[in-house]
Amino acid sequence: MPEPAAADSVPAPEARPAAAGPPGGAAVPPPAARNRVVLPRPDGRTVAAIFVGGALGTLARAALAQAFPHAATAWPWPTFGVNIVAAFLLGYFVTRLQERLPLSSYRRPLLGTGLCGGLSTFSTMEVELLKMLSAHSWALAAGYAAASVAAGYAAIHLATALVRRVPVRKVAGR
Amino acid sequence: MSPLVWTGVTLIGGAGSLLRFYVDGLVSAAIGRDFPYGTLLVNLSGALVLGLLTGLALAGDTALLAGTAAVGSYTTFSTWMLETQRLTEERQHRAALLNIVASLVLGVAAAELGRLIGARL
Repeated sequence: MPEPAAADSVPAPEARPAAAGPPGGAAVPPPAARNRVVLPRPDGRTVAAIFVGGALGTLARAALAQAFPHAATAWPWPTFGVNIVAAFLLGYFVTRLQERLPLSSYRRPLLGTGLCGGLSTFSTMEVELLKMLSAHSWALAAGYAAASVAAGYAAIHLATALVRRVPVRKVAGR
Repeated sequence: MSPLVWTGVTLIGGAGSLLRFYVDGLVSAAIGRDFPYGTLLVNLSGALVLGLLTGLALAGDTALLAGTAAVGSYTTFSTWMLETQRLTEERQHRAALLNIVASLVLGVAAAELGRLIGARL
């Protein structure tokens, strides 16, 4: 008899199945359960939340990209901006939802996987880097890559720290 | 830009985000969660496809719908950064550094490969 795995205890970032369905579904052959391979089997609510969040995030990113077009050898402010903002928001949402708020089945798919995932983009950044390199704008490419990683990382770090210090300060009073 | 195109951007963005969720979940389930392989594979495959679209020299609404909306929503910068930061919190500094360097370098390589393929189609 395959042992049903605890399907709701996957502590993972944004894009992970937040609400895996009940174990023992007909779609999973019995041997798979032995390897503890938990396939994404989200319920309708999770799917809808990711779709809505992703749609809104993508709409905002596309609107900014259309409003502020730039040359291949200019600093890509629209991509840079949405990526850093999305990183900050994701750090805030995920830390708060995981460590400060009661379990919710739709908030993380909506705000994390959907909104922040749709708002931010990796592929556009890589193609922008490729175009800079093709134009021999080495310093611009290096600066853009370094600034994106440094600012994105700092945004996550800052948002995480902000969430974690709140209850302590609240108890300390002011 | 017509309302129809913006409706398309919105719907495609939702679908791209769902595809990312499924691909990441499948990869993580198959390989494991010690290293964020799911996001890495999503981002590299997305860079390849966007490079291909660049090589095809799409313009206007087609580029907006296929590139910005579909591939743009499929890939993610924020999760990549979150997973990297969480790796350093767990003192896995080498894995975090590897995640940054591998994504950046292989991402540009994948985009270039896609561009070369697209230019030949």
